[in-house]
Amino acid sequence: MKLLLVAESRQNKLLGSINELLGFAEQLSAESAVFLVGSETDIPRFNGNLYLADAATFTEYNPAAHKALLLRAIEQEQPDLIVFCHSSYGWDLAPRIAYALEAAQISEVVGIEQDEFISPACNAKLRRKIKSLAQKTVLTLQAGVFSAVEENDALPQIISLGDETNNQDKVQFQGYEEAEQGGVDLGKAKIIVSAGRGIGKPENISLISTLAQTMGGEYGASRPVVDAQWTEHNRQVGTTGQSVAPKLYLACGISGAIQHLAGMKKSEFIVAVNTDKDAPIAEIADVLVVADLKQFVPALTEKLKAL
Amino acid sequence: MKILVCIKQVPDMESKFKIDGDGTWYSPGDLVWRMNEYDEYAVEQAVQLKEKGGEADITVLCIGPERVKETMKKALAMGCDRGVHIADDSNWKKDALTNSAVIAEFARDKNFDYIFTGMQSQDRGSGQTGVLLAEMLDLPCVTTIVDFVFDAGAITVKRELEGGIKAIVKVSSPALFTCQLGLNTPRYPTLPNIMKAKKKELLSIAMEQLQKIAPRQETVKMFFPEKKGGGLVLEGDSADLADQLIKILKEKTTVLA
Repeated sequence: MKLLLVAESRQNKLLGSINELLGFAEQLSAESAVFLVGSETDIPRFNGNLYLADAATFTEYNPAAHKALLLRAIEQEQPDLIVFCHSSYGWDLAPRIAYALEAAQISEVVGIEQDEFISPACNAKLRRKIKSLAQKTVLTLQAGVFSAVEENDALPQIISLGDETNNQDKVQFQGYEEAEQGGVDLGKAKIIVSAGRGIGKPENISLISTLAQTMGGEYGASRPVVDAQWTEHNRQVGTTGQSVAPKLYLACGISGAIQHLAGMKKSEFIVAVNTDKDAPIAEIADVLVVADLKQFVPALTEKLKAL
Repeated sequence: MKILVCIKQVPDMESKFKIDGDGTWYSPGDLVWRMNEYDEYAVEQAVQLKEKGGEADITVLCIGPERVKETMKKALAMGCDRGVHIADDSNWKKDALTNSAVIAEFARDKNFDYIFTGMQSQDRGSGQTGVLLAEMLDLPCVTTIVDFVFDAGAITVKRELEGGIKAIVKVSSPALFTCQLGLNTPRYPTLPNIMKAKKKELLSIAMEQLQKIAPRQETVKMFFPEKKGGGLVLEGDSADLADQLIKILKEKTTVLA
């Protein structure tokens, strides 16, 4: 089996996620080549062909140009599987490639069993086992599922994809806007009490912040709470917020979307307060308190104050 | 200006799911159905664009059985002008490719200037339909937008990337956008608008009339993830639960020391 892995470059740096794709290829004992629109000064370490195009010419986001380049690499390499990260780059480019190749695309793969792929459904409450019916298959792999290869000194064989550009690109990348800085550094907190959608209304943030304060920790939030502007973005935990690993993570009313779990699952001890026993957060929690947080959180705060 | 918004009806994710008889999907019984959350942002963005851009006609499209009309009525009450229901009683079996090909077949000769979709559905979660539709219609497409600014025909959007960074992207119409959570604040339909929505055109087309591509993948099984076990489940009265948790934290962690 032959794999073509799609690496990503962000602000002129190769993203480490390519090592998870290489780890996936290793798990399959497959031969792999890598595709990258990036820079020859920062390339992935592996044995095989590296199809390289220069991001200075093509920019890091130009779907039509990246599609054309990747199709050229596929044409030369003839892989059975084309493998992306399930990331903002991967889910944008993968369907374009799948369509051009008349391939099947299986998204957000978390496992493989023989030639069938496992992917989450319904906010990760369920799993699907999916079979490709096409000659070629395009995959996007969920972050953090497949073990990354160790650092090594292997050097790939670089195959330049040239620098012909198509000037008619209708999508024009203008640059990046940095994440909001300052405010709360949740990374340093030993205790984090986090609020999820289950708090119900913005006033209930104070229940969470009071508990955090009582315990000498910080409070965080899941994405829906931040999107609803019930609290600031710099308190968001998850892939588009901060990644944290405190001694105690107390998730209140958080169902546990994959993106949230990715940002907190390395916490030493996880307590979840939720009315839904089947919420995905229950899967990784050391303790699940089945309760309405609006009653439980104040009760816990009172007891802790009395200690 | 002609705008198309594609929406999907999904179960409320808080629902208690059960696996269907043949083991390949969740059972549709006993579920509360609602508009896919990402699509609410798509509808809202279309309505805001109409409010900003003046003369516009918004078509909302949904594929599924009869019950999806309830969700379409919400989109009409939010401000869409007309509905197109593609009737398909077994839509849960269809992959993103089949659905996007059907929508493309409908949209091809309609000359939409802007198409909005959610970035993914909450149940299937493939995140492919919007991009595939754009490829089929040969439209530029920007995914995962969290900001949309319309200025005299030119569009500037922000794409959400990992770690809170955003990419700023310019594109002109016609174009397709897939909407991420937080793009805007979807409005609640008002009662007068709910009444008005009942009078708006809602056309039904049979799926078979538009379906020309065979699926390229098949869900062979749906199942619940294995519980890892080890996690302690506490139930009961809040005050008792608080005592139990404090005891556990004292034994297992150092945070209360």
